[in-house]
Amino acid sequence: MSRFRVSVHIVPRKGLLDPQGKAVTDALHTLGFGDVDDTRIGRHLVLDVKADSAAAAEVSVTAMCDKLLANPVTEDYEIVSTVTA
Amino acid sequence: MKFGIVTFPGSNCDVDAVHAITDQLGQTAVSLWHRDHDTQGCDVLILPGGFSYGDALRAGAIARFSPIMQEVVAHAERGAPVIGICNGFQILCESHLLPGALMRNAGLKFVCDWVHLRVEGAAPMFLNSYQPGQVLRMPVAHGEGRFVADESTLDSLEGHGQVVFRYCDPAGIVTAESNPNGALRGIAGITNAAGNVLGMMPHPERAVESLLGSTDGLPLFESLLARVGA
Repeated sequence: MSRFRVSVHIVPRKGLLDPQGKAVTDALHTLGFGDVDDTRIGRHLVLDVKADSAAAAEVSVTAMCDKLLANPVTEDYEIVSTVTA
Repeated sequence: MKFGIVTFPGSNCDVDAVHAITDQLGQTAVSLWHRDHDTQGCDVLILPGGFSYGDALRAGAIARFSPIMQEVVAHAERGAPVIGICNGFQILCESHLLPGALMRNAGLKFVCDWVHLRVEGAAPMFLNSYQPGQVLRMPVAHGEGRFVADESTLDSLEGHGQVVFRYCDPAGIVTAESNPNGALRGIAGITNAAGNVLGMMPHPERAVESLLGSTDGLPLFESLLARVGA
C-alpha cells in the first residue's frame, strides 16, 4: 500500500447565504475590487490516506465526505488534488 | 416519568435541563454519559445545549457518532419522545433524525437574547399544554442557529405541521426583525414526520421559573407528562 495526500475543498452550497463570504465580498468592493461577484468561505482538508492507488484513495475520501466531512444539506465538496505522500 | 439527559464532552446546558425536570417539573431525571449504551429505561431523552466536541468540523457533526446516539435513534424509532435543544437540535439534524441543518447566524454574531415564539404545527406530544398561536418568550444563545433546508423540504415541513415554533414579534407576527439568526421562514423548531422528535434553538429549560424571567418553557415538558405519563 502507498500513502496519498488528498486535498478536499468544502464550501457552502451556492444559493445558501454565506454571511462570512458576503462580508468579505462587501469589504473587497469597498477596497475597489468591484469585479468580485461572490465569495464562498469553507474548509480545506488535507488527508493522508493509505491506499493501493490514487484512484482508490479518492474513492475512500469521497465516502468520508459523504458520511462525515461535508454536510449534504448545506455544503459541496471537491477533491482538488491527490499526490503521493 | 423518567427523563434522560445526555452529556457530551462540551455540553453545558445538561445541568439546567436536570434542574428543570427535577425541581420545576417534579419528575425524575438521570444524566446519561455519551459513551453509555444504556438509557436506563428513560421515557424521554433530551440532548441539551452546549458545544459538543467544541463544534469541531460542524456543530453536532462528531456527537452524532457518540455511542449513545445508537440508543437515541432506536428510542426515536420506537416513537418515544426525543428533544434536542440548541446544540441538541444541531445533533438531531446531523443524525438525520430531523431534516435540514443549522448554519452560521446571518448576522455572524453569537446571539444571546430573549426571543418571542409563535406556537403552531401539529405535535400534540410537545404542544398539548399550549394554545395554537400562543406567543412564548424564551432565551436563545447560539452562533449557528440559522435553520436551512431546500424549498421542497420546507414546504413539506409546513404542509405536515412539523414547524412547531417560529420567531415572531411580541404580537405574534413573524417579521425579519424578530428573527435572530436568519432562519428560513423564521423557523425556530421542528419535529420529525411522526411528531415524536423535536428540535429547537430556543431554550425551554431556561424558561421554567419566574426567577429566570419566564415560565413559558414549562408547558412543553408538561405536555409530555399528559401524553407519555399516562
